[in-house]
Amino acid sequence: MTVTAAAPAPDIEDDNSVGSVFRAYLNRLRGGDVGSLPALLGFVALVILFAAMRPDTFASSRNAANLLTQSAPVIFIAMGLVFILLLGEIDLGAGYTAGTSAAVMGVLMTNHGIAWPLAVVACVATGVVVGLLVGLLVARLDIPSFVVTLAFFLGLQGVLLLVIGEGGTLSITSPTILAIMNNNLSPMLGWLFFAVVVLGFAGSLFWSTATRRRAGLPVASSGVMIAKVLALAIPLGIATYLLNLERAVNPLIKSLRGIPIVVPFTLVFLVVLSFLLGRTAFGRHVYAVGGNTEAARRAGINVPAIKIMCFIIGSSMAAIAGILFASRDNSVSPTTGGASTLLYAVGAAVIGGTSLFGGKGRVADAILGGLVIAVIDNGLPLITQKSGIQFIVTGLVLLLAASVDAISRRRSAATGR
Amino acid sequence: MTDRATDSGVAPLLSLRGMNKSFGAVHVLKDAGIDAWAGKVTALVGDNGAGKSTMVKGIAGIYSFDDGDYRFDGRTVHVTNPKQSAALGIEVVYQDLALCDNLDVVQNMFLGREMRAGITLDETSMERRAAETLAGLSVRTLKSVRQKVSSLSGGQRQTVAIAKSVLWNSKVVILDEPTAALGVAQTEQVLNLVRRLADNGLAVILITHNMNDVVRVADSICALYLGRTAAQVDAGTVNTTQIVELITAGYSGDIGLPPNIAKEAVA
Repeated sequence: MTVTAAAPAPDIEDDNSVGSVFRAYLNRLRGGDVGSLPALLGFVALVILFAAMRPDTFASSRNAANLLTQSAPVIFIAMGLVFILLLGEIDLGAGYTAGTSAAVMGVLMTNHGIAWPLAVVACVATGVVVGLLVGLLVARLDIPSFVVTLAFFLGLQGVLLLVIGEGGTLSITSPTILAIMNNNLSPMLGWLFFAVVVLGFAGSLFWSTATRRRAGLPVASSGVMIAKVLALAIPLGIATYLLNLERAVNPLIKSLRGIPIVVPFTLVFLVVLSFLLGRTAFGRHVYAVGGNTEAARRAGINVPAIKIMCFIIGSSMAAIAGILFASRDNSVSPTTGGASTLLYAVGAAVIGGTSLFGGKGRVADAILGGLVIAVIDNGLPLITQKSGIQFIVTGLVLLLAASVDAISRRRSAATGR
Repeated sequence: MTDRATDSGVAPLLSLRGMNKSFGAVHVLKDAGIDAWAGKVTALVGDNGAGKSTMVKGIAGIYSFDDGDYRFDGRTVHVTNPKQSAALGIEVVYQDLALCDNLDVVQNMFLGREMRAGITLDETSMERRAAETLAGLSVRTLKSVRQKVSSLSGGQRQTVAIAKSVLWNSKVVILDEPTAALGVAQTEQVLNLVRRLADNGLAVILITHNMNDVVRVADSICALYLGRTAAQVDAGTVNTTQIVELITAGYSGDIGLPPNIAKEAVA
């Protein structure tokens, strides 16, 4: 309060070069804020391991494309689960929400001949209704989400059976629905997609930097920006190149090349959901409720409304995952979305760095975590046929991820970070 | 009933008289009152159970008083929920601070009142205003306003919570034991900040147990004793011993409650 008027504004850090940003990142890691780094390292390590052990089968571009399509439904459920986990809640019914929604779509299309757009709307609406019900029970009646969604896990299993009816399976024949998981972008479109993603990312980065500079706020140096763009462009470029190679067993019969359509499909949802969480007041309030519910309530945030909204988003994403299941399997059966689906989705979100304690996590993490799960799911059978070992390994990886989460929390508490 | 310092004739911004509040059979506040002046720090002191928290929650509208005269800026007002007190410009910084550890300083300061540009958050404006507010309070202990609150020390958190309360052109800031959990150096920082709030023209009510805090920053002292206002006096007119007596016995010499009332309250 004395005459140190020349003191800089509290937030100005002059040094924003690549080196200092990197050092700040290292400090964050040491303080326990590891984010999605373990998932990234795990993904790279697993890919190298499997590629070294099974160079012909695992490390082929056909398998890479398979891996992406296999993992997509779980990733969609996980992206929705992130919203619920951010609150510190859980949705055990998400798997069967996917199955039930897919069954609603299948029945409408196959048994009643309704056009796919209407069937898709009905499918997503099913998800919305389930999410609304769960949300109301959790937020208004204060029943723990574990119990509510456990009941939905059981109940929806029954609904799924009833909706599908006696037949046992509903076959899906709509070319549009099947295309999502079975068709690829042409190589040309693939590169166009690559260009749009990289330019879009660079553009948004440049735009936000320019806005901050105009406002006189500290900005990252152009070196940091270029590094970020390259970190996206190089792996994505390599992936596009590899996926554009011919991967059909016999190309003369049917050529098979290009990025699977489900990849841009996933990316659209990633961008929209990340925008919702990161750039809107709603997203901010989700983090606040997860971080400190009482503080959020006192700040005038309508906590029940936020919770209900998150459950609706979670279940809607599960419904869309249901469409992906139907597209992948060409059918809907009583086991669609069952078995280990939900556990894989929770695992994907947690491995990606979403905290089970709430308040920490991003939608992009779910994709990374989903890929880790998919690599294990895809790579292990190439090494051992024993499914017992596959379950054990997947369980261990999930346990490892949860430990990283718990240890990083302990560490943040200990270092006052 | 009580000795009240008329305080050089300046009208108080916030003035409560004859406030009563019962929870069931328990009569927590009995004709209690307090005054707070713009530009001054009013210390609200009292032993555990004296009614400090109830008084503050009543002022903030979390509880409504059973009866009494609640005047703000000379007008009688009825405050029955927190929104009404916020609309008057009354902000409370609770002991638990109500900050979200997983959000950064700017996000916490604007929580629930985010500035928007269309559907997106106006991050640059918020960051600039947060930085300006902190600079206006001469806060130089924060490295970056984009630090997460989990990385801040207790004193820094208190600072953020206080800065959050003054961001909205508030007129009265009530601080609930801001120094209770702090070390010596951080207590000093926070007390300096409390002083600056008053110097910036705010009416500050400081709830505290700590005589050192009272002596350091208070201009006026309001002592509660078992739900009654023992006395509200100018800080310069009493010494620490007298304040302690007001807190523990309800009277000190000729100031405070008449001894018969003070004793009756105990029985």
